[in-house]
Amino acid sequence: MTDTLTPVLSADWGTDRAWTLKAYKKAGGYAALETALKMAPDDVIAMVKDSGLRGRGGAGFPTGMKWSFIPQDNPKPKYLVVNADESEPGTCKDIPLMMATPHTLIEGVIIAAHAIRAKTAFIYVRGEVLHVVRRLRAAAREAKKAGYLGTDILGSGVDVELIIHAGAGAYICGEETALLDSLEGRRGQPRLRPPFPAVEGLYASPTVVNNVESIASVPSIVKNGIDWFGSMGTEKSKGYTLYSLSGHVARPGQYEAPLGITLRELLDLGGGMRPGSELKFWTPGGSSTPLLTAEHLDIPLDYEGVGAAGSMLGTKALQVFDQTTSVVRCVLRWTEFYKHESCGKCTPCREGTWWLVQTLQRLDEGQGKDGDIELLLDLCDNILGRSFCALGDGATSPITSAIQYFREEFESGMHTPSRELFPPAASTLFAQEVTAS
Amino acid sequence: MTLSDVTTRELRELASRYPQSRSALLPMLHLIQAAEGNVTNEGIEVCAEILGISAAEVSGVATFYTMYKRRPMGEHHVGVCTNTLCAVMGGDLIFERLKGHLDVGNDETTEDGKVTLEHIECNAACDFAPVMMVNWEFFDNQTPESAVEVVDKLRAGEPVKATRGATITSWREAERVLAGFEDGLADEGPAAAGPSLAGLEIAAERGWSAPTPGAVKAKPTDVADTKVEAVEQADTSRAESETKQEEGKDD
Repeated sequence: MTDTLTPVLSADWGTDRAWTLKAYKKAGGYAALETALKMAPDDVIAMVKDSGLRGRGGAGFPTGMKWSFIPQDNPKPKYLVVNADESEPGTCKDIPLMMATPHTLIEGVIIAAHAIRAKTAFIYVRGEVLHVVRRLRAAAREAKKAGYLGTDILGSGVDVELIIHAGAGAYICGEETALLDSLEGRRGQPRLRPPFPAVEGLYASPTVVNNVESIASVPSIVKNGIDWFGSMGTEKSKGYTLYSLSGHVARPGQYEAPLGITLRELLDLGGGMRPGSELKFWTPGGSSTPLLTAEHLDIPLDYEGVGAAGSMLGTKALQVFDQTTSVVRCVLRWTEFYKHESCGKCTPCREGTWWLVQTLQRLDEGQGKDGDIELLLDLCDNILGRSFCALGDGATSPITSAIQYFREEFESGMHTPSRELFPPAASTLFAQEVTAS
Repeated sequence: MTLSDVTTRELRELASRYPQSRSALLPMLHLIQAAEGNVTNEGIEVCAEILGISAAEVSGVATFYTMYKRRPMGEHHVGVCTNTLCAVMGGDLIFERLKGHLDVGNDETTEDGKVTLEHIECNAACDFAPVMMVNWEFFDNQTPESAVEVVDKLRAGEPVKATRGATITSWREAERVLAGFEDGLADEGPAAAGPSLAGLEIAAERGWSAPTPGAVKAKPTDVADTKVEAVEQADTSRAESETKQEEGKDD
């Protein structure tokens, strides 16, 4: 029987100076790299494929399979790009990982680069996290000095250069093809697929783009084996993962557990909701995944379980809101975010998010018009599946799911402002302080 | 004001770090901000010249990303997260309080040139909500009072330390690190704190850990073996439709 929580990636976050090479090596770091470098690249790919590791950045595509799509007969250089542009509202797992133990990611990068035969790898980290950028640069420098990066790594003949690249503030760059355009020094706008990055990615060369957590999971698989990894999780959702709990809960934070744990179990571990709070709605994997409610407390948080409930596991960003919260206000704010971050490339997203915000603003102000709810649903219908990339799809998720579960709140928006129905001060972390003053 | 030779040399060095020099454009624009205080017309021209592209192309990039500023900035950048979760947890009230206290609007700088205030999007620290960033360093679990205290210290030139990060330098020095030049402060601050350690602490209390390697067997497996299966199982309908399109093209 597996324990309820299984810290692997987070196991050493409490260690003194965990970000240094010294601390990482003391905890057994870079042993997996030595093992992997003695393996043939195809064997590393097969191992990761057989482990059942699926992408932790939202889509859940098998990581090893992605690696196997790299055409090794293509004479162009191969590239590995780590997507560290963590920006999906609610998502906050990769940033603490890179802050605390950047070498875990770097070890994963070198193993993955060896597997796909990339001599150059990039970590594209969002620019708005200065200290994480510092820790990554310091770790890359230390790793290179110790011979884990550069040429002829540990005498294996394998060469890997790693470039830490800071972005400049654009949510869309978390979309893998927009990230590649951005990394080429352009506006971050998504590309048409196919061709997929595996065939034509960075510099039109074969490229693997993986999320931080996916790559950071690789050393543990190489070190402990696929039986170990597969002993955690469910049939189709293997292994452990980081769940990020935030909002009106007694103990927000990072909880590393086998895939398939439920929100009820996670809440119980940390003492439930904050005092006086009742669960109203939550996102299972960031704001782009349809909202769920208290009736979904017992669904397994794996790819299949959340999918069956009509949402998506996404980034496992569990944002929890209580009865003091206006769902209309929340949906408006998320929609303003998508409008701001829409790259402008396609019409449904660029224009659609604009109209959505205008309509939601009316409802939030209590000045909604007859037919506004139908208008929102119609707009969403014209964006979902018709926008160029998943940003537009994601923008519709909170709206359609909120109307599904809380239609009466949108109806109240025809006559009463959300701030009267749900005074914002009551929802804050410092609620008592505010109401007292 | 003209760019110094040192800056021009550093811009060229950044361009040489990449397999294709244009990839350095984002870092180069960060460096322009560090050197000039914002993305200046001259900075755009110099980047264009070094990379062999047009000034319009550089300008197109500089105006796409929110971290690039075309107007002079204050010594410190203060960003208050007002994306949904932080807003609900108090970010909206913090932002309102700071606007009033500093007598500025969004994206404006105080009269003394010390602080530029901006509301920002989700900064990936939701378990520490409400979050404020100073020069892109974390200030966790803020209240209106604590936020006012931080900006007052910044304006008075008193030392301020991030809750998870280093002692605050300046926005321009931060931009230099983002561009690709280390400032020696990586060892300041904790590895992790508070909510980052929640699960780890509970596991320790209850004696829980990941299984011991060698002592366990994988559970029955039903993971996808083929691309078709994988895209069906993936969390997005796009993967499926796009893959079908690719398969169609291969026929």
